[in-house]
Amino acid sequence: MARKITFSQAINEALSQEMARDESVIVMGEDNAGGAGAPGEQDAWGGVLGVTKGLYHKYPGRVLDTPISEGGFIGAAVGAAAAGMRPVAELMFIDFMGVCFDQIFNQAAKFRYMFGGNAVTPVVIRTMQGAGLRAAAQHSQMLTSLFTHVPGLKVVCPSTPYDAKGLMIQAIRDNDPVIFCEHKLLYTREGDVPEELYAIPFGEANVVREGDDATIVTYGRMVHYATDAADRLAKDGIKAEVIDLRTTSPLDEETILESAERTGRVVVVDEANPRCSVATDIAALVAQKAFHSLKAPIEIVTAPHTPTPFASVLEDLYIPSADKIAAAVKATRH
Amino acid sequence: MSIHMITMPKWGLSMEQGQVNGWLKTLGDKVAKGDEVLDVESDKIASGVECAFDGTLRRQIAQEGDTLPVGALLGVVADAEDADAEIDAAVEVFQRDFVPLSADSADAGPQPEKAQIGGRTVRYLKIGDGGTPAVLIHGFGGDLNNWLFNHADLAAHRTVYALDLPGHGESTKAVESGSADELADSVIAFLADRGVERAHLVGHSMGSLVAMTVAAKAPERVASLALISGAGLGNEINREYIEGFVAGNSRNSLKPHLTKLFADGSLVTRQLVEDIVKYKRLEGVSETLQKIASSAFKDGAQQRSYRDRVDKLAPRTLVIWGELDQIIPASHAQGLPGDIRVHVLPGKGHMVQMESASEVNRLLNDFFGA
Repeated sequence: MARKITFSQAINEALSQEMARDESVIVMGEDNAGGAGAPGEQDAWGGVLGVTKGLYHKYPGRVLDTPISEGGFIGAAVGAAAAGMRPVAELMFIDFMGVCFDQIFNQAAKFRYMFGGNAVTPVVIRTMQGAGLRAAAQHSQMLTSLFTHVPGLKVVCPSTPYDAKGLMIQAIRDNDPVIFCEHKLLYTREGDVPEELYAIPFGEANVVREGDDATIVTYGRMVHYATDAADRLAKDGIKAEVIDLRTTSPLDEETILESAERTGRVVVVDEANPRCSVATDIAALVAQKAFHSLKAPIEIVTAPHTPTPFASVLEDLYIPSADKIAAAVKATRH
Repeated sequence: MSIHMITMPKWGLSMEQGQVNGWLKTLGDKVAKGDEVLDVESDKIASGVECAFDGTLRRQIAQEGDTLPVGALLGVVADAEDADAEIDAAVEVFQRDFVPLSADSADAGPQPEKAQIGGRTVRYLKIGDGGTPAVLIHGFGGDLNNWLFNHADLAAHRTVYALDLPGHGESTKAVESGSADELADSVIAFLADRGVERAHLVGHSMGSLVAMTVAAKAPERVASLALISGAGLGNEINREYIEGFVAGNSRNSLKPHLTKLFADGSLVTRQLVEDIVKYKRLEGVSETLQKIASSAFKDGAQQRSYRDRVDKLAPRTLVIWGELDQIIPASHAQGLPGDIRVHVLPGKGHMVQMESASEVNRLLNDFFGA
């Protein structure tokens, strides 16, 4: 796997290869063509950060440029999925998801259940999340847990270009609605990605570091901070296992619990706010099902319970860091 | 005075650093050439580092848990009577002059290439120069990296090609029937395309079956056959392994099978398993492995054996096996016809070219001749 491409190119490649393979796959979102009705090749932005660039002209008529009306086009994507298409809708920032909660929570997530398993809704909603881009409180949230809470939705948070491609292919082929969360600060990250198609199954966590002294459970961009922390801890003779959840729903409980039972020390890292988060969810899972293996209280490392600050120094403090993660691992050893 | 440095080995093209997992010899121990003195783990595999000299282990520079670049000083072997001051001076000089290779430097060495042959992509590695080339053919589910401990040693005396068979590595995944004939034809086409008139064919496991089939179809192209833990020399094969490898699609489902490849299952690292999981996920791989397995290993038995005429396929033939092979029994190395050199390496498993790399390299180099 000598070829390296970026996280953003990996998503683009997955979309392109799936569009070539299956003509029911369509892409819709804002600024795919540089604004509604703009026909020129030069104008095709491929979404606000250019992830779908090139697809508008490669697959004529299958990349739809939508108005700035999330409630409208997410609803349209859900309807198209119910009617046999496989739409991939781009909802620019996860922060705007509020205006289409009914379409997602009360429609898409419910069809399969309410129609006795006879209906499928193979829609993918791609969305950017996460802090660190100096984009202030309305464009920086980590709202993974909101979607994880709702039965009927699948929630994906890739951490590497390899995972981004394989999980996107799985998301498109999956018959349930998938919320595909892309951390904006991962787009330029490079990694080895096979040119061929491959799907990574949902609910299969990736153990990115092995160790018997402590377990760090995390997902998305925080995976990289956790491995940095694990590398530092290794210098002090502490071998920390790092588990990348890849998908928060479905959740790979087996991998988490097997590791927790082995190490007895668990740190959960989540870039989101702490209340009712993935961090507290995993902590509760471990406390309930692996309690007798624990040698110390479970630690969580999250953002504080406040909106994301705009001031850069405060934003840097707000986001969990490798230092905080390493300190939390050490705290489980006192 | 004879002060020798033990340094971090380079196992395979991509290795830049290794982690020291522990010393197998203590300070002051007598060591002989070929002894394993410490365990090192790269991102691909864990293995013992062999000592290339006779002497006494006088310094353990690297400590357990250290991660060090390729070429870094690990320890010092010298005569028991060499003065400490001389050893310390030699260490100081080494450390002062040592410059780790950077990942993107020109010294990174040869990288695999891709060729379009008969409408398919074939990935291969070419390393070394001159002589009658050796062509390394991996086994079922393997790729050219199965030879990562062998490429460089074998290439010291000749051109070495290691290729990915159809359906494997980074070659085109789709196959027609997946038969040994189809795989052998692809090797013959590769030789023709690369202008290799005649070569030493080295096959591991199913690669041996392919190599023998090449020799049967195109004997003029085969200077010799080296068959390592070879398929095609008997009926038995570990059915559970083949089925488990074909069916497995996750770390947990594959790992128990992969540990059977080695006599020492702890050599299977997280990365080795992960690389196979990644390969297994690629579109077309499952179908292809299914086809190959049901052609070559139908109902858990090998379907084609060259046992009775293996000595007549090529001018010279060498057979190497790991005594503790759990995939194809080492008993297949016994009772072969004609004048075939057979070496069964004690205490080693199916991946004997990895598990006992320097011994296998020595046997192959001796066999090929200068």
